[in-house]
Amino acid sequence: MIVAERKPLEEIADMIAPYKKVTVIGCRSCVAICLAGGEKEVDMLVSAMNLKNRKDGRDQVLEGLVVERQCEKEWVSEVEAKILGSDLVLSMACSLGAQTIGDMHPSKLVFPGLNTGMFGVPEEQGVWSEKCMGCGNCIIHTTGGICPIARCAKNMLNGPCGGSSDGKCEVNLDVDCAWYAIHERLKLQGRLELIETVNEPKDWSTSHSGGRRIYEREDAKLTPHQKRGKEGSR
Amino acid sequence: MKAGSNLEKVFESGRFAVTAEIGPPQSANPEPLVHHSRMMKGSADAFNLTDNQTAVVRLSSIAAAAIIMREGIEPVIQMTCRDRNRIALQSDLLGAAALGVKNVLCLTGDHQIFGNEKGAKSVFDFDSISELKVFDQLRRDGRQSGGNIVTDPPKVYLGCAENPFATPYEFRAMRLAKKVAAGADFVQTQAIFDMDMFERWMDEVRARGLDKKVHILAGVLPMKTAGAARYMKNKVPGMIVPDHIINRMKNASDSKEEGIRLCVEQIETLKAMKGVHGVHVMAVMWEEMVPRIVEEAGLLPRPTFA
Repeated sequence: MIVAERKPLEEIADMIAPYKKVTVIGCRSCVAICLAGGEKEVDMLVSAMNLKNRKDGRDQVLEGLVVERQCEKEWVSEVEAKILGSDLVLSMACSLGAQTIGDMHPSKLVFPGLNTGMFGVPEEQGVWSEKCMGCGNCIIHTTGGICPIARCAKNMLNGPCGGSSDGKCEVNLDVDCAWYAIHERLKLQGRLELIETVNEPKDWSTSHSGGRRIYEREDAKLTPHQKRGKEGSR
Repeated sequence: MKAGSNLEKVFESGRFAVTAEIGPPQSANPEPLVHHSRMMKGSADAFNLTDNQTAVVRLSSIAAAAIIMREGIEPVIQMTCRDRNRIALQSDLLGAAALGVKNVLCLTGDHQIFGNEKGAKSVFDFDSISELKVFDQLRRDGRQSGGNIVTDPPKVYLGCAENPFATPYEFRAMRLAKKVAAGADFVQTQAIFDMDMFERWMDEVRARGLDKKVHILAGVLPMKTAGAARYMKNKVPGMIVPDHIINRMKNASDSKEEGIRLCVEQIETLKAMKGVHGVHVMAVMWEEMVPRIVEEAGLLPRPTFA
């Protein structure tokens, strides 16, 4: 899932200070699961801002609401009136949600309440870790199911480097060395030969290096007729 | 001969090779390079020019090579993958070769978190093994990684680094084998303090026949103080400094002299070790000791070739 963190309250307060009517919109998907921008976090932010505004004597009006998935237009449409009626939308979704609202309402200001971080997984209560960088050409079947691109600080394809110390990464000794982990996993699976061959340089053109990516599925697209029908049903 | 560098000639002659390290200055002043060149000339077969080591901005290794070549000493340029993608790496290799650089050390590079530009965007398009493979293909077939053929391929002797003291230990000789398969002609090891562990690594290296395929330069690092030894033990990932070394430094009446003695003893041990073809002396911020260490280790004069 997409893992994000809420911006510090002070930064949010400064960012939204000039606007009177602020709609704070959360999302029930990834950012709710990572405790950054779900219903509870939206309520908490609105309360904290109300308290701060009262203390600072600012007459800002905040309203909080949550949509099911802020990255999908259908769900955002449901709160269109609230968006149009506000001076500013503070999105508590990931940047995808904030950009979806912005693209649907280009004249409205949509500011980010979160810092969107990574594709990660919950490791334990309150801990999330990065495991994929979306390179567009998955190779984890050759690396024991562990992604070296995302989990090695140097994105190495032929690790571990000389900084692997007691199985930890030199960049952060609290973090496991990805290639140490790959070695151990392949050993467990009896597939160490996979780490013994030289991996060719990666073709990064399938990643963001190849430019902004747009995936299309012809078989999933609506025909012009179907599109007209869908618009008519609203 | 692949490149005909002095270093290659020393290895090919079967003599025990010596290389040393020169860190380019953090300024546009070429004087420290000239000073170090004159001071160390004749005490090593080639001199490593580090490439923004520990991710601190310095005068570039290729420019530094051009400067020290004017002083009549041979460079080994370090080229890391941290700051350059494959376009820049290959371009710089062509440029360096055109300037007369004949030895290139392929490194993945220290992460920028260790340096003074922590906000830098890292590149790491290649790792050291990809770099070796592409450079080897470029020098042999004139073929760039994108497939273009160059008419005048760079004539370079390719090196790499390996750390016998990083985990997993059981993979470290294998990793050298990968570098050899990718095209490495020589390897410099991480600084050795745990000689027993290094011997165990060499056993594996020899068992795989790698000492017959790649020239091995054992890394040594003279220390000035026991504090430096402790720092390397505790703070530098992938470095192992046994307590007996730290104690020896601590108990010495003159720790600098002890550091030199220790380094010379290490070189003597390495000279006798089967499969070790030379030493790489990393006298960081202590370059003036290199001629003395090399002399006391009985490695002078250095061979010359007509």
